[in-house]
Amino acid sequence: MKKSLICVSCPLGCPIEVEIENGEVVSVTGNTCKRGDAYARAEITNPVRSLTTSVKVENGLHPVVPVKSSGPVPKDKMFDCMKEINSVTVKAPVKIGDVVIENILGLGVDIVATNCDSGK
Amino acid sequence: MLNYDLVVVGGGPAGMAAALKAKEEGVEKIVILERAETLGGILEQCIHTGFGLHYFGEELSGPEYAGRFIEQVEKTDIDVFTDTMVLNISNSNVVTAVNNNEGLMQFQAIAVVLAMGCRERPRGALSIAGSRPAGIMTAGTAQKYVNIDGYMPGKKVVILGSGDIGLIMARRMTLEGAEVKVVCELMPYSGGLTRNIVQCLDDFGIPLRLSCTVVKTHGKERLEGVTIAQVDEKLQPIPGTEEYIECDTLLLSVGLIPENELSKDVGVELDRVTNGPVVDEYRETLQPGIFACGNVLQVHDLVDYVTEESQIAGKGAADYIFGKKKGGKFINTKGINGVRYIVPQRVNIEGEEKLKLYFRVGQVYKGAKVVVECDGQILSSKKKVKLAPGEMENVVITPEMLKNMNENSEIIVRIEE
Repeated sequence: MKKSLICVSCPLGCPIEVEIENGEVVSVTGNTCKRGDAYARAEITNPVRSLTTSVKVENGLHPVVPVKSSGPVPKDKMFDCMKEINSVTVKAPVKIGDVVIENILGLGVDIVATNCDSGK
Repeated sequence: MLNYDLVVVGGGPAGMAAALKAKEEGVEKIVILERAETLGGILEQCIHTGFGLHYFGEELSGPEYAGRFIEQVEKTDIDVFTDTMVLNISNSNVVTAVNNNEGLMQFQAIAVVLAMGCRERPRGALSIAGSRPAGIMTAGTAQKYVNIDGYMPGKKVVILGSGDIGLIMARRMTLEGAEVKVVCELMPYSGGLTRNIVQCLDDFGIPLRLSCTVVKTHGKERLEGVTIAQVDEKLQPIPGTEEYIECDTLLLSVGLIPENELSKDVGVELDRVTNGPVVDEYRETLQPGIFACGNVLQVHDLVDYVTEESQIAGKGAADYIFGKKKGGKFINTKGINGVRYIVPQRVNIEGEEKLKLYFRVGQVYKGAKVVVECDGQILSSKKKVKLAPGEMENVVITPEMLKNMNENSEIIVRIEE
């Protein structure tokens, strides 16, 4: 099976072709540097993304406060994480770096606040 | 009348960096005037990460990047007025502002830094047929609704324009449960960063249609759908390619315009391409004592470069206040053959420090050379793997290069394929 990717390691954006057999990467072509090869392999075996969104605040200056995942989460778990985050409400005051959800879905990353809200 | 050494108009990343730099240089009385309720500017609603890679060496979200500067401002004796609208700057550097608590205020400044940022091109600037139903807004407005006010402006979305804000909002709306049907881009290439196309569109299977635009909106009270069409090389819709797409929301990400109403009123000369003030390498406009930096000067793609530019302006303002600003002989810079503009537009040939000329190209180039020349002599030539309109570039000018120039010289930057 062949899969086409665009490398995001640098602004060049090389079009990469990856050949996969039985879930294993057999060859990577189209990349112009080593980083492209590494990106393509990670992208096929375990694609991850950092997640940023917002969470509801009780008694806040604003109705929501922005949050991010403390590290990348598997790409296919993003919507599960969103569901979890949208079910939570935090209480003002909130500070940058406050942990909103610890070890979300057992993925080993926390959801932390990225802005402060001193409350009403 | 309130007396200040430096009045900074705008408390976003540009204004804060300029004020902090001026403070560091020893300027005593500084005030920042900010229209919104908090410092931070547009970064407050840019909750995605990717800010600060160059400046802090880490990937921060917008509020985190702004937060670091807000914290620094709070540690100084820089005065801050939020919820405050600047109405006018006079040519003797009197800044008139108004807010709910103090009413009308006048600040006499020695120097002024313009850091008002930019605004999005609105629907009215495009010629799309149809009435004015609810559901049509700029991508930045939707970003504020979702990220600050906490509600979703729609469920089925079409986005016109593939600049970074449009791409980021495609992902944001999708994560919050909306269906983004398509992103249309008038040009044959995207104006956004490649990584954003991959992470915001490809990840979610959102199609990007190049050379495509919205020609008509449908619906009277609420948007019901749009008609899109392919365009030819002259960017005109091709008859017969129209396609109806049902949607309740149309987001526009079709360009940013520096907010220079105050600058124009005080007589600051603007560059026709950047729509920002003409400045010298210290970021001083042609109006003595008035400096400009950030998106009001030129639209940036990275906030890190805004910070860098604003520190130059802050230093320039400090030198001006202390009477240290060098006179010298100023010559013009000029972009030709694919280089759309250059900032700064004027360079002091008696300058003793190296400086950077920032520019943007008008189309995508692969493997082309960036050539800098003056009076027919090539000063530098550098091959670039890729040049794109969405990514700001720069070239370095050293004092040695300036040595042989005279008042009639002109520094030219051009692309050679």
